[in-house]
Amino acid sequence: MSSIGTGYDLSASTFSPDGRVFQVEYAMKAVENSRSLFCVFGVTEYAVAGLLADARSLSEVSREEASNFRSNYGHDIPLKHLADRVAMYVHAYTLYSAVRPFGCSFILGSYDEDDGPQLYMVDPSGISHGYWGCAIGKAKQAAKTEIEKLQMKEMTCRELVKEVAKIIYIVHDEVKDKAFELELSWVGEGNYWILYSTSITTFLWTSF
Amino acid sequence: SLQFGTPRSVFITSLIPVGTSIMAVEFEGGVVIGADSRTTTGAYIANRVTDKLTPIHERIFCCRSGSAADTQAIADAVTYQLGFHSIELDEAPLVQTAASLFREMCYRYREELMAGIIVAGWDPRRGGQVYTVPVGGMMTRQPVSVGGSGSSYIYGYVDSNYRAGMSKEECLKFTAEALTLAMERDGSSGGVVRLAVVSEQGVERQVILGNQLPKFSTV
Repeated sequence: MSSIGTGYDLSASTFSPDGRVFQVEYAMKAVENSRSLFCVFGVTEYAVAGLLADARSLSEVSREEASNFRSNYGHDIPLKHLADRVAMYVHAYTLYSAVRPFGCSFILGSYDEDDGPQLYMVDPSGISHGYWGCAIGKAKQAAKTEIEKLQMKEMTCRELVKEVAKIIYIVHDEVKDKAFELELSWVGEGNYWILYSTSITTFLWTSF
Repeated sequence: SLQFGTPRSVFITSLIPVGTSIMAVEFEGGVVIGADSRTTTGAYIANRVTDKLTPIHERIFCCRSGSAADTQAIADAVTYQLGFHSIELDEAPLVQTAASLFREMCYRYREELMAGIIVAGWDPRRGGQVYTVPVGGMMTRQPVSVGGSGSSYIYGYVDSNYRAGMSKEECLKFTAEALTLAMERDGSSGGVVRLAVVSEQGVERQVILGNQLPKFSTV
């Protein structure tokens, strides 16, 4: 367990002597201890880990950003820009003692003709990066190891959906973790899909 | 009633789209835009060498017709917004974005404004595009578009002579001839023909002086 920032962790507007903002670090721990939620908007999809209420609020924010952009500029928001806007919003909540940081990480994925597939992740500190593959939550290290074994650039969406499901099963600890429900979602050329857990078993058995 | 141009203090007393012939044509790799150069206050030609082709961004232009004050103010506002947007995105802006910004403003303030604008340019994603934003604030993409009071006289010429897939040189000739015909018949249009080619390579501007304009038979 990493150090506790006694005295320096009471608000997000305080640095510790070694330059850390403990409130933000605590927020990132909230991500690890909670489950995922999938939301869909247009041809952008979100996966979230962390406090559900924070996640819902943030997804509403990102919907507004996308909607305002469309209304002002006449075309759909590029994913990089949306990720930047969400990240800026999340970052703002790390600056003041009157509010607490968001306790959730956000993965955004989209597909469009011009840019192809795109993947961005925003964490509670307000950083956003683009990825070929990323993982958030308790087992993220193990999941990242598995992801690195994949040759993503040479695989199709269909193949990757199976791989992702496999990874979730691999990293799930039967002893320590409680029973889980797998929800899968993917967005590709021309469409997007969400698969709820009741259909997962059938889907996976027929695909394997 | 004042039509168009660079003089600072301008008034509108006329409610009709006025004193201009403007045109834009798409071709493979870019757009050709053109305009006449006459500004009138009543019967007096206030500026006979006006430049009605206004840059909004590096590879996006607009052709302005209607009230000089209104179109200048709108173009300034859109230039600012588009520049800001382009820096935020860290990318060259889309022509469609510029046209949407024009449309937003022209529609929102449609009761106060008198502006007929053609937005044309080149962007890396969709190539050469022409969008027209006439009085009232609608916006639509067209492969060729004409505007201003002189445009009424050349719809027939444009409709019968336009072909898809023309080269840059053919578009230049087509535009110059169409504008010349408009200037011949419309009293509020005249002077020189200003042309510009906007493409991936950048912007090339040219002027065709009065005595060099294409000749058509006169009765």
